[in-house]
Amino acid sequence: MLSWFPENISTFGGDIDRVFGLIYYIVGFWFLLTEAVLLYFLVRYRRRQGHAPTYSRGDTWSELAWVLVPVAIVLALDLGIDMAGGPVWAHIKEQRPADGVQVIVTGKQFNWNFTYPGPDGKFDTPDDVTIENELHVPVNQNVLLTLRAKDVIHSFFIPNVRLKQDVLPGRTIRGWFNATKPGQYEIACAELCGFGHYNMRGFLIVHDSNGYQEWLNKQWPPAATADAAPPAPEHS
Amino acid sequence: MQAAAEPLHGHGHGEELSWWRKYVFSVDHKMIGKQYMSLSLFMMLIGGLTALLIRWELAWPETPVPGFGWVPEPTMFEGVVPPEFYNALITMHGTIMVFFVAMPFLLGAFGNFLIPLMVGAPDMAFPRLNMMSFWTIFTASLVLLAGFFVPGGAAAAGWTGYAPLSADPQYTGVNWGINLWLIALAMEFASFLMGGVNFMTTAINMRAPGLSLMRLPLLVWTQVTAAVLFLLSVGPLVGGAIMLLFDRTIGTSFFLPARGGDALLWQHLFWFFGHPEVYVVMLPGFGIILEIFPVFTRKPIFGYKAIVYSIIATGILSFLVWAHHMFVSGIDPRLATPFSVTTILISVPFAIMVFSMVASFRGGAISYPTPMLFAVGALGTFLIGGVTGIFLGSATVDIFLHGTYFVVAHFHYTLFPSVLFGGLAGVYFWFPKMFGRMMNETLGKIHFWITFFSFNCVFIPLFFAGVAGNMRRVYNPVQYDFLKHLAGIHQFATYAAIVLLAGQIPFIINFFWSLFAGKRATDNPWKANTLEWATSSPPPHGNFEKVPTVYRDPYEYSLPGATEDYLPQYAPTPAARGV
Repeated sequence: MLSWFPENISTFGGDIDRVFGLIYYIVGFWFLLTEAVLLYFLVRYRRRQGHAPTYSRGDTWSELAWVLVPVAIVLALDLGIDMAGGPVWAHIKEQRPADGVQVIVTGKQFNWNFTYPGPDGKFDTPDDVTIENELHVPVNQNVLLTLRAKDVIHSFFIPNVRLKQDVLPGRTIRGWFNATKPGQYEIACAELCGFGHYNMRGFLIVHDSNGYQEWLNKQWPPAATADAAPPAPEHS
Repeated sequence: MQAAAEPLHGHGHGEELSWWRKYVFSVDHKMIGKQYMSLSLFMMLIGGLTALLIRWELAWPETPVPGFGWVPEPTMFEGVVPPEFYNALITMHGTIMVFFVAMPFLLGAFGNFLIPLMVGAPDMAFPRLNMMSFWTIFTASLVLLAGFFVPGGAAAAGWTGYAPLSADPQYTGVNWGINLWLIALAMEFASFLMGGVNFMTTAINMRAPGLSLMRLPLLVWTQVTAAVLFLLSVGPLVGGAIMLLFDRTIGTSFFLPARGGDALLWQHLFWFFGHPEVYVVMLPGFGIILEIFPVFTRKPIFGYKAIVYSIIATGILSFLVWAHHMFVSGIDPRLATPFSVTTILISVPFAIMVFSMVASFRGGAISYPTPMLFAVGALGTFLIGGVTGIFLGSATVDIFLHGTYFVVAHFHYTLFPSVLFGGLAGVYFWFPKMFGRMMNETLGKIHFWITFFSFNCVFIPLFFAGVAGNMRRVYNPVQYDFLKHLAGIHQFATYAAIVLLAGQIPFIINFFWSLFAGKRATDNPWKANTLEWATSSPPPHGNFEKVPTVYRDPYEYSLPGATEDYLPQYAPTPAARGV
C-alpha cells in the first residue's frame, strides 16, 4: 500500500509518509494477528461430536487479562504513534519558517488565485500580480502561503507536497512548504465547494533557480520595475 | 383517535382492532418495529440506487448509465449524470443511509421490537409517542425524497452540509432541495428523540421482576446508551439546522462570513453531534451481534461487565473527539494533539469489546446458521474499519488522507458491518419471533457469501485510491493526471458494487417467501436464553401471558450441572428443570 502514494517532492512529505508507514506496520501486525486468532477459533471450536463447550464468563481479573493485556499494549502503541506524529504535525502546521517566497492563495468557485507581492515585496501595491491556477515557486526554498477563500470553504491540496489545508471565507490561515524537485504537479480542491468542485484544478510549477529567475523577469521585466509601477501583466 | 380510556394493551383476547389500528396507526411496539424495518429497507433500496449511480460515474465518467435514459433533464442527460446531480447523489446517499436507514433499521426496528420483549414489558412506556415517532420519520422521509422533484434538484452540499456552501442558494444552485433536506433532518431528529425517551424509560422503569441492570441483555445496554448519546448530542445540531434554514430563507447570517457570520461554526455543531452519532449507529449493531454470539457458540459472552462498562465509556468519550473530523479545517493547529489523544482513548473500550468477542469463541461449540455468518462477518470486517481509524486519528497522516477515498473506505468499513451485516444478522435471527416463521437457510447463505465478498471488493480498493490521493466527492477523478492510473480500481469497485446490489435479491425473495410460506417457528427456535423467547412467535398483543420473572444472567449457556446447554433467564431454577 505504501507504494501507492504519489511521489513526494517536499521537505516534510517524507515525514508524513514515515508516520503512515509506522502505523501501517503496527496496525497491520495487530490486524493480521486478531483476524488469525479469530479465524483459528472459528474453525477450531466449530460444533463437533464429542466436544462440549467450556463454560467461561470472563468475569475474573485473571480471565480478563487475556483481553486487558492486549488492550494495554495496543494503547501504548497508539500513544507511541501520537508521539511520533506530534512533532511532524507541529513542524508542518505550527512552526512556519520566517523567510521565504510570499504568496497569497485565494480559493473561489472554481479557481485558485495566486497573488505575488512583486519586486517591492509588499502586498496591496500596484505591482502585485495575480495568476489563476498556476503557482510558480523556486526549488528548495520556503514558500510562505497566506490562505483565504472568497465564497465557500475550499481545501488547498497538493498531493505531491503532502499539503492539505482548508481555506475559509472570513479567515486567514498561514501555511508553508518547501519543494525539493523541479517539475509540474497538480493542485486540487479537497472540500466539496459546488458543482464545479471536481474541476477546480491548478498546477504547481517548481522551477530550478535559473528558471524561477526567468519567470520572475517575465512577470516583472527588470527595466520596467525600475520605473516603479508599470501596469503589471495580468494572467487572469 | 379513540378515547384515551381505551386500554392500550389488550391482554391477548377481547377487542379486535380495526385494520387501520392494527397495521397502520398501531401503538403496538412490535408493529411499529416492523414499520421501521419496512421503511428502512425501502430507503436502503433508494440509497443503494444512488450508490450505483455514483459508482457508475466514477468508473465510466460522463457516460450514460444503462436503464436511466428516462430520467428527465436537467437531472440527467440521456442517462448521463451531470456534476450538479452527482453532488445531489452523494449528499442524498449519505443522508439516506445514515439517518433514514442506519437509525430506523438498528434503533427503530430492533430497539422498538426488542427492548420491551427483552425487559419483559407489555409494550413501550409511551405507546402513542412511539407511534408518533414512526409517523414523524415517515413524513420526514417523504419530505427528504421530495427534494429530488423540486426545481434545482435535491440537496447538494454533502451529507455534512458544510456552510457557507449550504447557507446561500447561490453557491450550490439548489434552493428548495436544501430547505427540504434541513426540514427532513429536523423532523428525523424529533422522531428519534421521541423514540429515545421511550427506550430509556422502558428499559429503566419497566423491567420484569429480577431483571437487574447487570442482567440486561447487551443489546438493551447498547440501545439505551445510543438513545442517551443521541439525546445529549442532537440539541446543538437541531439549533444549527434551524439557524441554517434561517440563513437560507429569512436573511440571517449565522454561517455567512460575508455578512458577519462564521464559516467554522457549522462544522463544530455538526461534528459535536456527528461523532456521537457514529456510536449511536455502531453500538446497536454491536448489540445485535453480541446477542447472537452466545447463542451459536453455546457459551456465555466473555466479559459481560467489561463490555457494559466499555459501552458506557465509549458513550462518554464520544463527546470528546469531534474535532478529529476538523484537523485541517482551519482550527487552531495546537488542538490537534489533544484530539488525537482522545481519539486514541476511545479505541480502548472498542478494543475491549472486540477482543472480548474474539475471546468468546474460545472453547465454544460454534454452529454457523445465517445469522451467525452475518454476525461473524460484521466482526471480521469491522476490524478493518477499526484499524484504519488509527491512520485517520493521527493528525499528521490526516493531512494527506483527509477528504480522500481512504476516509470513504474507512467509514464504510465501520458502518456497513454494523448496519448491514449486524442489521441483517438481526433480521435472520429475530425473523421467527417477528413473523412466526423461519427464513430459508440456503438463500440466506447465498445472500451472506455474495454480500461478504462483494462488499470487500468494493471498499478494499478504495483504501488504495485514498492513499494515491483520490479526493472524495469528485465527479470525474481521472481527469487528474495523478489519478489516471486509478481508472481500473474504480471500475473494479463498480463491478463489485453491482454484484453487491444484485446480491440482495436472494434476501428480498427469502424475506417475502418466508413471510408467507416459511417453516413455522417454535417459541424458541435457536434455544436462546433472553426473555423475548419466553413468549410465542409472534408474541401476542401485550407480549406475555404472564409477566416473566428473571432468575439469572442472560447468557447462561453450557452451565456445568445443567441438563441442557442453555438455561433461559425466565426458567425458575436448575433444580426445577430436573438437575
